Amino acid sequence: MFKEIIVISLSAILVENFVLVKFLGICPFLGVSKKTETALGMGMAVTFVMALASLFTYLLYTYILVPLDMEYLNTVAFILVIAVLVQLVEMVLQKMLPTLYNALGIYLPLITTNCAVLGVALLNVQEGYNLLYSVVFGIAAALGFTLAIVLFAGVREKLAMTAKISKHMEGFPIALVTAGLIALAFMGFSGFQF
Amino acid sequence: MGFFKALKEGIFKNNPTFVQLLGMCSTLAVTTNVKDAIGMGLSATVVLTCSNAVISLVRKLIPSKIRIASYVVIIAGFVTVIDLLLQAYLPDLSASLGIFIPLIVVNCIILARAESFASKNTILPSIGDGLGIGLGFTLALLILGAIREILGSGSILGIPILPESVPAVMMILPPGGFIVLGLLIGLIHYIGEKRKEKKANV
Repeated sequence: MFKEIIVISLSAILVENFVLVKFLGICPFLGVSKKTETALGMGMAVTFVMALASLFTYLLYTYILVPLDMEYLNTVAFILVIAVLVQLVEMVLQKMLPTLYNALGIYLPLITTNCAVLGVALLNVQEGYNLLYSVVFGIAAALGFTLAIVLFAGVREKLAMTAKISKHMEGFPIALVTAGLIALAFMGFSGFQF
Repeated sequence: MGFFKALKEGIFKNNPTFVQLLGMCSTLAVTTNVKDAIGMGLSATVVLTCSNAVISLVRKLIPSKIRIASYVVIIAGFVTVIDLLLQAYLPDLSASLGIFIPLIVVNCIILARAESFASKNTILPSIGDGLGIGLGFTLALLILGAIREILGSGSILGIPILPESVPAVMMILPPGGFIVLGLLIGLIHYIGEKRKEKKANV
């Protein structure tokens, strides 16, 4: 079991990185990566929501949708669960940890439309993971997201301060090319064999 | 705003990929070849047109506090329909697009149009806008898919056009997607600038 947990985690973080290899969660990856601190905050919020989302969508799927023969409704059901969950996390954080809540600001509600969250729920069903593996996969995938966004934000900060860039490539285009180069580096992990 | 004006603006002036920079996940993920790109683009177009039409019809019935949740449910309904239809009639396409079909639900383009257009306009312009934005998205995917398929696999729509030794496999791998899209948007900025200069000189 431990071996499987380690395999799932390592492949979700490095080999099959959600952002750089699977193209999930690109919007926040490009949108919230101008500063390292906000990138880290976003990563942590996503980790939290994705862990909870994997847990609740697994329970919903196994104990409600499957017994009722309504598996085909999983997309609709999952997105509702995620929306409710994000709303809940927002309210809890506001009451309990107002500093973190203020730091995350607008990014918190935006997690609902982060396709990495819905993606992890759908992939859990597709892979047939059990409860433990689903949650592990959710957390590991989110850590992979955090790793990618923090690395990317670091590069972008440097780029904004020092590099001379043609004005047509400034901003979004150069960010995409940078992401491409980081993705190229992550391709190096694809040779790993477990 | 009329039907055709909304349609035209959707394709060019408000192009979701190249101008508004929305919906990047599916844009990058499905453009490894032309066939997937067209399949994704058209599926998103159908969902967008239907959801725009329905939302413009019910917009006055939905309280503004829960409007986003209601839009998401409407969109998710249409996405499920498309998903099941593709599984039944085009199983190959459904398999190669995989998880990105259900993920149309969280494609920001569709929610953005619901919020910024369909919730403020009547049904006919909303359908025009949905079709226009959808076709603009399809066009962008087609361009990206064509570039990546030609350079990466040396073929177009599966028909080989380049000699065996040419293909750069990187183009159909994830890094190629990021780099091609980045350079393409840079090129579009460049062309836009040149056209503006030309206009200023005339």
